[in-house]
Amino acid sequence: MNPGDTYRILPEVILTLTGVLVMLIDASLPQGWPRRALGWVAALGTTVALWASLWQLSLPAGTGFYGTVETSPFTVFFHVLICGIVLVALLLALDTLPEKSHHQGEYYALVVFGAVGMCLLTSAVELLVVFIALEISSIATYILAGYRKETGQGPEAAIKYFLLGSFATGFLLYGIALIFGATGSTQVYEIANALGRTPNGPGLPLVLSSLCLMLVGILFKVSAAPFHVWTPDVYEGAPSPVVALMSTAPKAAAFALLLRVIYEVFPTVKSVWEPILWGVAVLSMTVGNLAALRQQNVKRMLAYSSIAHAGYLLAAFAGLGTSGIAAASFYTAAYAAMNVGIFAVVTLVSGYDEKLPLIKDYRGLMYRSPLLGSLLIFFLISLIGIPFTGGFFGKFYSFSAAVGGDAVWLAVIGLLNSGLASAYYLRLVFSCTQKPLEEEAAIQAAPARIGVAVSAAVFFAAAATLILGIVPGEVLRASETGAHTLRPLVETQQMQPVTATVAPQQ
Amino acid sequence: MNDSILTLILLAPLAGAVVVALLPDRGRLSAWLALVTSLVTFVFTLHLPAHFIPGQGGFQFEIDKLWIKNPAIHYHVGVDGLSVWMVVLVGLLAPAGIVASWNAIKERKKLFYSLFLVQQTAMYGVFLSLDLMVYYGFWELSLVPMAILIAMYGRKEGPKAATKFFLFTFIPSAPLLVAILWLYARTGTFSFVDLRADIATGALPVAGLSWAALAFLFAFAVKVPVFPLHGWLADTFNEAPVALAMVVAGKLGLYSMLRFHVGLFPDQAKAIAPLMIVLAGIGILYGACLALVQRDFWRLLAFAAIGHLSLITLGVYGLTFTGWDGAIYQILNNELIDAALFVLFGALELRYATSQIGAYGGLAAKVPQLATLFVISSLAMIGLPMLNGFVGEFMILSSTFAGVSHGWAVAATVGVILSAAYMLWLVQRLFYGPESKMASGTTAGDLRFGEQAILWPFAVLMLVMGVAPMFWMNAIETRTGPPGSSAGGPAAQVLQSSATVASAEGGRR
Repeated sequence: MNPGDTYRILPEVILTLTGVLVMLIDASLPQGWPRRALGWVAALGTTVALWASLWQLSLPAGTGFYGTVETSPFTVFFHVLICGIVLVALLLALDTLPEKSHHQGEYYALVVFGAVGMCLLTSAVELLVVFIALEISSIATYILAGYRKETGQGPEAAIKYFLLGSFATGFLLYGIALIFGATGSTQVYEIANALGRTPNGPGLPLVLSSLCLMLVGILFKVSAAPFHVWTPDVYEGAPSPVVALMSTAPKAAAFALLLRVIYEVFPTVKSVWEPILWGVAVLSMTVGNLAALRQQNVKRMLAYSSIAHAGYLLAAFAGLGTSGIAAASFYTAAYAAMNVGIFAVVTLVSGYDEKLPLIKDYRGLMYRSPLLGSLLIFFLISLIGIPFTGGFFGKFYSFSAAVGGDAVWLAVIGLLNSGLASAYYLRLVFSCTQKPLEEEAAIQAAPARIGVAVSAAVFFAAAATLILGIVPGEVLRASETGAHTLRPLVETQQMQPVTATVAPQQ
Repeated sequence: MNDSILTLILLAPLAGAVVVALLPDRGRLSAWLALVTSLVTFVFTLHLPAHFIPGQGGFQFEIDKLWIKNPAIHYHVGVDGLSVWMVVLVGLLAPAGIVASWNAIKERKKLFYSLFLVQQTAMYGVFLSLDLMVYYGFWELSLVPMAILIAMYGRKEGPKAATKFFLFTFIPSAPLLVAILWLYARTGTFSFVDLRADIATGALPVAGLSWAALAFLFAFAVKVPVFPLHGWLADTFNEAPVALAMVVAGKLGLYSMLRFHVGLFPDQAKAIAPLMIVLAGIGILYGACLALVQRDFWRLLAFAAIGHLSLITLGVYGLTFTGWDGAIYQILNNELIDAALFVLFGALELRYATSQIGAYGGLAAKVPQLATLFVISSLAMIGLPMLNGFVGEFMILSSTFAGVSHGWAVAATVGVILSAAYMLWLVQRLFYGPESKMASGTTAGDLRFGEQAILWPFAVLMLVMGVAPMFWMNAIETRTGPPGSSAGGPAAQVLQSSATVASAEGGRR
């Protein structure tokens, strides 16, 4: 191990120290003292980690700790994304967690520890480290999901998530074991080398079973159909600020892992995973959208919508070469921006204890609080995929990659699905814009006080959604640079294969 | 000025929308700001025809800047003979919409006017964009303010009508986007001009092209709407605030057909033209017949619109040069007349609080100005010579008769006669005959100053556009003609088509 290796996990180190610090201060503060300031400590640590990730760009791309972790533009892209999401989630929690709450300090510490796992997940290139990172991030989210102990739904959500999640992780571990059996290594590049030497060797059945098992584990984490059943229950039971985090950051990390596994470990069996992911993409968007149409609860509806979005994202995997990876990375960012934003607004509208969970409860929001109403509509419009929002460009790049990879039908199905999806998003939009009924207006209290921290959180999310929709150039370039570093072993194919044949004649 | 005028036109309403959104919602502040913004933008749009050079091919006032490098999306805007007057039309209708909303919109004015202005930007964007992605962006964007405003200010069933409208227009744009992406994957460009050249070389796979053309056509046909895709129109007309209903149908879809369907895919358009002619013919008769039996004047107007828009579609897919001139001119006429009628119907509904035709009667004596303007607009709509409706209709009908099919020309003429029947009958039921109980029971004043300030110029414009169409035709005729008509060369086309207009004017005398 050389001394510079620590720099390769610098953001993770900073986050870990922040988490430990938060826990220590929490434990040493006398009982009854306000612990809100701990949230600011966590937010500060996350910001430093974010800068540290950016600083990592100045390191030469490569691996450290005996080839177990990697820094490259790809890992930096996801580090920055995850730290950004965690920062917004912390700011959101600062103003929305109940003042006298139970275990505020632990909450912030858990969020930061989860971030450690997610960051490590994107930079690990050794499957056992991947597994450990996944566990670190999952355990934090299992606990956070059950944070509303006083309701029945909270513990239910946590237990469901924990049982199903550990089962899925088991699949992943089994897959890792099988690939170790087939190639004698758990290091990503060594596996890829071994597979590349003998693409159709005697170990092929083992390799394919390993692929399938690992896909099950990862697709569970991104809540793609048919591994999605946990999503609506967990989202409904978990506190909204937690859902803002867990519907985006762990998913971004899991998608990074999926990209790594698919394009770096198993590029040789593309003919096998491509149809599988094609099917999962179609199934996810269709199942997600159809189920979302019937939901009355806003959080359940958004849960199904997130399943559908996982499907749109998976469409990018049909893309050729780097265009698919770049599109998938970009979509993760766009999706994170709008989804964090919408859950932030949902938190503000219905409160931590969720007095107003149903779509019809949002009636008259535009009248009660024009600002919150406009923000909610803005994020919903982005989720629908209207141009000049991040949601549109995410879909655009994803389906553009699919069409570039000759999966025209996938794009047609996907975009028709997004047309269908607009029906339920619009239901919420129009519910907000309806005039409140007289008797309801009296009952419904004014929305929660909007503090500095939460304003900053919503502002970041809205600005990111808008920037990704109007000037996505920079982020797209970053995702492309990342995509190029991801596949050192496979020949780089360029987009626009037929450009040469049709020359403009003027 | 010529280098940045199109950006100004696009940004002015948007800037107005932001200002309206930031200022407090007090009294008529938002309405005044919106009115000023829309008038300023209208003045900007007038710059275009004033400095437009007829006879010069290609696009004018062009701006082409790289927006996103990969995929290569350019901020590419420009106008030609096809779009120049459409842009002015959008500018002209905006103040009309605001005047129509002046008293009708009573609450949440700030939201209404700022979304109204966003809608303006989206519509300008559709007419100006020459990059397919930018075009698609504005095309989709135009749905959002429309849907929200229909939902918020609908008469009874706002959200239902808004959902219907949104789904009807959003879902067909999914294949449209796939088709655009497919074209990009094959050619590496979103530029309208480059794509047109690439497609003309014949290097692209034919099967793919015909699917792409079909996807384009489908999206546009719903927006026009062409029979049988008109399911959303009647509900939208019935529910939408007047200011938005007057811009929702017609010009966006028809312009897109001319530019992006027939313009990009001439061979595929030629192949599907017979079907479109049949649908247009059916639409003309269907719209007219249903308009005859409506009891609600918004619905009557909706079916009348289907009939008139089908007539324009017939002119487009007749694929004759004269037919195209007529169609483009008729888009302007039709929108102008419809806007006037919308303002008038809106004024009636505001005064008498009902849209049931049966409740009216004998209003001519009580609201003489309103009645006069209504009669003028109706006569323009049914195509009375000297008024603008006549010129376009005549050109479309004569070109269909001469160049396309006698049968459909006759059918279309029957539709025109039917439209005279329902409009005149409507005028008679609303304004003449014995005074109805409701009319005598309500004390309502004649047109306000704002309404007069919009409607009298409109009426004058109808007359001028009917008497001196060459003023508009000069610019319209410089565009690229329909496929197959270019045999005689541009000069011959201009001659041929001015001869038709001359004969139209001769026939009037």
